[in-house]
Amino acid sequence: MKRLLSLNRHLVQQIGYTALTLMAVATVLPIIAVVIYILIQGLPAISTEFLTGFPHDGMRAGGILPAIIGTLYLTVGTAIFSVPLGIAAAIYLAEYASDTPLTRTIRIAIINLAGIPSVVYGLFGLGLFVIFLNFGTSILAASLTLSIMTLPVIISTAEESLRSVPQAFRTVSISLGATRWQTIRRIVLKEALPGILTGVILGLERAAGETAPILFTGAAFFLPRLPHSPFDATMALPYHLFVISTQVPEMPIQIQYGTALVLLVFVLTMNVIATVIRSRARAKRQW
Amino acid sequence: MEKSLNWREFVITRLVKASGYSAILFVALIFFFLVREGLPTFWKADITSLLSTRWYPIEEYYGILPLITGSLIVTLGATLVAVPLGIGTAVYISEIAPRWMREILKPLVELLGGLPSVVLGFLGILLLSPFLRVFLDLPTGLTALTGSLLLGGIAVPTVVSVAEDALDAVPRAYREGAWALGATRWQTIWRVTFPAARSGVLTAIMLGIGRAIGETMTVMMVTGNAPVLALKLGSLFSPVRTMTATIAAEMGEVASGSTHYHVLFFIGMVLFLISMGVNIAASSVVFRAKKRAERILS
Repeated sequence: MKRLLSLNRHLVQQIGYTALTLMAVATVLPIIAVVIYILIQGLPAISTEFLTGFPHDGMRAGGILPAIIGTLYLTVGTAIFSVPLGIAAAIYLAEYASDTPLTRTIRIAIINLAGIPSVVYGLFGLGLFVIFLNFGTSILAASLTLSIMTLPVIISTAEESLRSVPQAFRTVSISLGATRWQTIRRIVLKEALPGILTGVILGLERAAGETAPILFTGAAFFLPRLPHSPFDATMALPYHLFVISTQVPEMPIQIQYGTALVLLVFVLTMNVIATVIRSRARAKRQW
Repeated sequence: MEKSLNWREFVITRLVKASGYSAILFVALIFFFLVREGLPTFWKADITSLLSTRWYPIEEYYGILPLITGSLIVTLGATLVAVPLGIGTAVYISEIAPRWMREILKPLVELLGGLPSVVLGFLGILLLSPFLRVFLDLPTGLTALTGSLLLGGIAVPTVVSVAEDALDAVPRAYREGAWALGATRWQTIWRVTFPAARSGVLTAIMLGIGRAIGETMTVMMVTGNAPVLALKLGSLFSPVRTMTATIAAEMGEVASGSTHYHVLFFIGMVLFLISMGVNIAASSVVFRAKKRAERILS
């Protein structure tokens, strides 16, 4: 048997290749199918009223404007906290930190942050922001919770991007009399920007689609008006989809698919922007 | 001018450094708040109740065993889906696929990673679970299996990206050496490249498992939410309730400071410790592998 196989090793390779190709197809095909299916099912629900109106009749009619605006607020709120902090942390790790036990602890901490279940972030946000700091169930508390969850994505992609800038760039800049910070700001950051941006958008994309961390920190079942301040609770697309697909009896299917489609478009747009920025930067890169 | 520049530089360096350390602070804060709210469980609920097999908080039954077995069985199922698919796809992308194919596949897999879990749960309710109910002739389609299948999909991107990195990191010279000795590409993949990337692939599997055990929304929506002890393989075809889903489903309705509230935080603490264990184990595999590679090269 073994000899037969080794005689036919090209046949074995053929079979192996086919099997792996099928596996890759089995992984990717459902993704495409999901996107197309939601597009087809959701498109009929989309109208100006759906996108700009408030829900009524116990959410069985009307639009989803408060959920769309809420997700925008949460995404921007998350960006305000996580982007500066994440990029600064990445600069520290890539440009300043030497390989000490403390640096290794930071890295382990980042790996851990990346692995903590989203619902545990929700508990943490409830304990620290909502109750201990008394922010209440609010956009602020939810954004802060999402920020900490997004941080490891931003830090690790930004660090990788900073590290890929050749050392010679720094050497030249410093030899011309620039300080370390000037070098980082004007040379390294500029070169690493597309990579950092890709990481930031992918991180925010995840935050925008999350439900569990905002469940007890900022999400509202239904609000008759838009939130006025960061201390108001808000509706959000992912939570709204959860609510109307599990908590509301006799929910029209079309509104459910429409909501799923809007959420999907929101997330996909960010994903596509990130992918385009990255591939453009790669094509343009001369080093 | 010179002086103000130095001063600015000093402040910025400090800020940057503080940001770097903030990651440690956040992990510590998360742990602190989970412990602070979770530990009172031990004096509010009694231990025998915690270790019982009945989860029925309204009557003060806080047995977390059904929730743990629920999480385990769903995660086991998800692993069986995600590991072969993820590793197969990673090998295909890294070793076999032509360049243009790779450029299509990688963003698509990344896209799967970015799909909100609530969207997958939604489709699970509407499509997958009715299909499984009819196809397998079950009383309900909301079962551990439904959760496993979707969760497998959610864990795939993690497995693919980490395993692919590991395969990419294998020096090209290894492959060229094998080809020069007359091995086919297939033999090279399985006997040279894959074994060389073994530790990275192991990390990929562990991180995939970590991703699956922590997933919340999809599981809550499609596994039927029945806190029943799941010990047999047959439990895969009946409703279960995971630890994550329990927290998500019940935390909104409990009074802060009640026993139930503390028990939910306690479950969160257990989840935190599991994910920490998985991640530290996974990263130590990588670190060791790196050291070995350094030894070989030096």
